[in-house]
Amino acid sequence: MSPSQLLQIDDLRVDFATEDGVVHAVRGVSLEVEAGRMLGVVGESGSGKSVSMLTVMGLTRAENATIGGTATFEGKDLLSLSNDELRRIRGNDIAMIFQDPLSSLHPFYKVGAQLVEAIRTHNDVSKRAARSRAVELLKLVGIPDPEGRVDAYPHEFSGGMRQRAMIAMALANDPKVLIADEPTTALDVTVQAQILDLIARLQRELEMAVVLITHDLGVVAEHADEIAVMYAGQVIERAPTDVMFKAPEHPYTWGLLQSIPRLDRPRDEPLVPIPGRPPSLIALPGGCSFHPRCPYVRDRHRRVDPKLEQVPGQNGHLVRCLLDTQVRRDLWGELRRGRLPEDARNRVKLEDSA
Amino acid sequence: MVRYIIRRLLWVLVLLVLVSFLTFVVFYIFPSADPAQLRAGRQPNPQLVEQIRHNLGLDKPWYQQYFDYMKRLVLHGDFGYSYQNNFSVRQQIFDRLPATVSLALGAAILWLVSGIAVGIISAVRRRTLIDRVSMGTALVAISAPVYWLGLVSLYLFSADLGKFPVPFFKGAGSYVPFSQDPSIWFQSLLLPWIVLAAAFAALYARLLRANLIEVMSEDYIRTARAKGLPERRVVLKHGVRSAITPIVTAAGLDIGILLGGAILTETVFNIPGIGRLAYDSIQNSDLPMIQGTVLLGAFFIVFANLVVDIVYAFLDPRVRYT
Repeated sequence: MSPSQLLQIDDLRVDFATEDGVVHAVRGVSLEVEAGRMLGVVGESGSGKSVSMLTVMGLTRAENATIGGTATFEGKDLLSLSNDELRRIRGNDIAMIFQDPLSSLHPFYKVGAQLVEAIRTHNDVSKRAARSRAVELLKLVGIPDPEGRVDAYPHEFSGGMRQRAMIAMALANDPKVLIADEPTTALDVTVQAQILDLIARLQRELEMAVVLITHDLGVVAEHADEIAVMYAGQVIERAPTDVMFKAPEHPYTWGLLQSIPRLDRPRDEPLVPIPGRPPSLIALPGGCSFHPRCPYVRDRHRRVDPKLEQVPGQNGHLVRCLLDTQVRRDLWGELRRGRLPEDARNRVKLEDSA
Repeated sequence: MVRYIIRRLLWVLVLLVLVSFLTFVVFYIFPSADPAQLRAGRQPNPQLVEQIRHNLGLDKPWYQQYFDYMKRLVLHGDFGYSYQNNFSVRQQIFDRLPATVSLALGAAILWLVSGIAVGIISAVRRRTLIDRVSMGTALVAISAPVYWLGLVSLYLFSADLGKFPVPFFKGAGSYVPFSQDPSIWFQSLLLPWIVLAAAFAALYARLLRANLIEVMSEDYIRTARAKGLPERRVVLKHGVRSAITPIVTAAGLDIGILLGGAILTETVFNIPGIGRLAYDSIQNSDLPMIQGTVLLGAFFIVFANLVVDIVYAFLDPRVRYT
């Protein structure tokens, strides 16, 4: 582990035993984030992005969960800490905000009281001091009239304000790492941008490491330094943000990019959805887990499980794909010219179905 | 809020008038023994029966009787006099009320404490042995009728005729008012409290367990854990706080109902409360006494409803009455 990495997740595995079978929710995820940088984790529902981060926080610990790998934070493996040791880090050094800010705030307690509780859990300060800190935090996240709003209930806040309050709560103890799990998914589009800007601003000002989990590549495009794309419990591609958008290597990433409407393309150009559905995490397909949906699948891909490997000549760009590097470049070139996946496949000579 | 309460109180009055009317109608429509005959004793002289009938006003049409009754009640707060023994109904009720209140409130404390404790432990330790044993016991307690449980517990444990007498379980009919002897008052009520509380405790434990299990999967519980709160605080302050609101509602209503008389428990343990009074007055076709006890019971129920609704607004800040 390089010393600059603040949080380093290595080969994280999470299985849940259910009545229907074992759910392989996370299958060997490795990620790291440096102080002052933002990592975007992108994937569909069930890709394991939330479970990975909840596991790092110790929030998936349950009788039916089997957890493997390590998550190193300041020299300690979070996954092997006791519940109580981890609890002291949670909400203190590592904080988390969630998708739906209304259901994530307790409906019966005032916003200020919930902030005060977060502060006093980790700091031995008076109620009065905690309260003035709470007002300060509400101000920091841009809530107007913080002295007045500190005694309001969550239902008296708008959606965007609630998420601001959640962020204020997460920031209560100056965390070094902020994990934001789909923080804008439940919000109006106009509010989404405000919340993202807020997170990015706070990240810079407070020099936090931020892990931003989302299903929307567009959300991480502007602020993330690096992006990891997850699929079926694995990271399938990782690259610095500009590289990810300019030269993506994985067919799934291409699919995600092509399904985003873009202003620089003709308006009548159809969006290209990714066909099919994510695989069952109980009965995973053999070989590459994306092969049932991949337009460029070869026979070999159904048998061989690809590894997350560095793209030749591209430091910091990793991809989990069995296609030949040159073939991938050619395919992306065709797609970027606006061709549909079938056309691209016909124009590029894929390797033989060996 | 104040306007809401005033409006609700007016409704309480309307409901009570309605209840009194229905009691009257039911008394006259359904066949019951002739109060005058009962009052006159064995092999009465017909003239005496007529005399009694006239004195009690029973020779007037029923609506006239109802009107007279309501007039006295509204103008003088007079609930009339027993057909049976001429005692003032109001005085009788006030004499009997302390026993019923003692029984109801004591049992309520017992069932709330035990039901809530068991409910929380069962929810937190779900699917463990302690959960299964508690919920199994709860099912038995819910299924056991209170008169059966009362008789069995008297048969087994009462100090006077129990097979395994427990000295501080005084037997049936041992009730004395608190003001007379607090110690005997307590010992005489201990067994009735337990018997009356058993089914309620079981019901509350199951209700709270189910609620708490549901609440513990809420997003805000995850937030509480993410804040780094100790699990104990997550459960008690965040989980139970939400899960307990339906318990408060149920407790308000159940206590309200019991304050109107716990007929079965009072009868089995021979406690001179409102329930016994109601039971005896029905046996004797004693209309004024029936009216009095029914109105008291109805009052407690509708009033408990009002209190529950008001308390709810304090428990859940999202609830606003206008």
